[in-house]
Amino acid sequence: MNDPGAAAIEVRGLTKQFGDSLAVDRAEFDVIEGEVFGYLGPNGAGKTTTINMLTGLARPTAGTIRYFGRDVTQNVKKVQHLMGVVPDESNLYPELTGQENLCFCASLYGMRKSEREHQARELIAQFGLADAAGKRFAVYSKGMKRKLAIAAAIIHRPPILFLDEPTTGIDVSSARQVRQMLTDLKSQGTTIFLTTHYIEEAERLCDRIAFILDGKLVKLDTPGNLVRGIQNQHVVELTISGSGTDLTGPLHETFSEGRFERISATILRMHSDLPVQLAPLIRFLEERGVGVLEARVIRPSLEDVFVTITGVELEQMRKEKEKGGRGS
Amino acid sequence: MKPWIACWNILLKDMRTYYLKPPNLSWGIIFPFAWTLMFFVRSETAVDVRSLLPGIMALSILFGTTSMLAVTVTFEKKGRSFDRLLLAPIPLELLMLAKTSGAVFFGTLNAFVPIVMAAFMTDLSGVAWWQLLPAVVLIAVSSAFLGLFIAVSVSEVFEAQTFSNFFRFPMVFLCGLFFPVKALPFALQPFAYAIPLTYGADLLHEAVNGMGSLPVAISFAALLVFCGVLFLISLRNVRKRWIV
Repeated sequence: MNDPGAAAIEVRGLTKQFGDSLAVDRAEFDVIEGEVFGYLGPNGAGKTTTINMLTGLARPTAGTIRYFGRDVTQNVKKVQHLMGVVPDESNLYPELTGQENLCFCASLYGMRKSEREHQARELIAQFGLADAAGKRFAVYSKGMKRKLAIAAAIIHRPPILFLDEPTTGIDVSSARQVRQMLTDLKSQGTTIFLTTHYIEEAERLCDRIAFILDGKLVKLDTPGNLVRGIQNQHVVELTISGSGTDLTGPLHETFSEGRFERISATILRMHSDLPVQLAPLIRFLEERGVGVLEARVIRPSLEDVFVTITGVELEQMRKEKEKGGRGS
Repeated sequence: MKPWIACWNILLKDMRTYYLKPPNLSWGIIFPFAWTLMFFVRSETAVDVRSLLPGIMALSILFGTTSMLAVTVTFEKKGRSFDRLLLAPIPLELLMLAKTSGAVFFGTLNAFVPIVMAAFMTDLSGVAWWQLLPAVVLIAVSSAFLGLFIAVSVSEVFEAQTFSNFFRFPMVFLCGLFFPVKALPFALQPFAYAIPLTYGADLLHEAVNGMGSLPVAISFAALLVFCGVLFLISLRNVRKRWIV
């Protein structure tokens, strides 16, 4: 389990069918030991179904799952001691206190009383929950619930951690703490499988990212390589004033190599496969009574890669998720 | 990995969280008390407490066990905390046994409420305790597995209650507690022998009053078979419906 670069999880042709619909369609990827593997996609893309199959909560229709080289497709239970799972909704016991919840979860992995009590106390302190340790889970805030759920998932020190949307619906400060915890876990050698719809979170945390859309894995690479893939695209953003008319049509006729997009009343964006010549563009606009207040060259981000590859608008995806829709 | 640690802690957690909560404890006392009172009120003459005891015990176990288990498992599944148990590295068989053991213990405790009450009202000498105790436990086990079967078949807590009654009330009237099976219409008698409570009730009648109508070994064997079949069906349903 300590061979650097070896696959902790190997997935081949993984498929899940519910009736006529394919929730996951022949997914193929490896999760390398010690890496943070991001699994990105909009609602209904198949993220949670993939996690459920990998953790034993769902049976694959086809394909194979290997953990550390061992085929466990038919019996994931054999390797459940190697994994911790943080679901997209905190599912600890509302009647138990934070400390009791952690001790109970530790007992499910066969830990002895003294060991689980010690470990629970340590994690509660580490996660900044000491004041709430004796309070019932039901009265915890969302952020506290999420932190305790992560603590519950790692109390038996698993080498692999699955997190389904770990920062969705929690406050900024808790989200930052959760991200720091994940960074710490990675530095301790934990392999992390993370689903999220926050691109910036994935970019910051993940070593490699897979984009999943309609059950299909459409792209898998490091954030750097993904961005490099569209770096031949040049984007210039202009802050303009003085025109209520839409100039994107005339602009396209004159600068046929570019694609123009009116982001707002004062922001105009030009995408081009060639370097953008700013002077003619500004002159064109000024001749038509449009003042150019600012011109910026925009570096393509992972967000652009995601939108380019999946065609899904991130803002829409985020709103859907925060309306309370669960991943699938 | 020591699975017994997980199983023991599931039992302790369930006892604390569900079964030993004051409302449930009082329910466990009030229910048999109400049944006893009902029979007293119904009878215009003196009531033979010993003849009522097997029926009240069996009903206390049946209602206590099936109600609690069907509701608690459905509740945990609905709140997704049951997924936490399914993710634990313990065999599903052991997990479900641990999950039902709390209900078995609760049902067995319920059965002793009427016994304690009866001890103040009548002479219980001559009761075959060696037979009564395993009979009580087996009725509790078969009822718990029936509760599990119900819990796995529904997705809402209210459905669990409704579905439980679909089994419980016919069982009460067919099992021979209040009308001997042989006094039932001929067409209904096969149904009586197709339910576990008939064998449990017969064992209790035999243990308390020496008035069982079936051989003791047959009743014990039948109860064991029912326990096994209900447990296997529940396991199959968990795999089929919850690990989809």
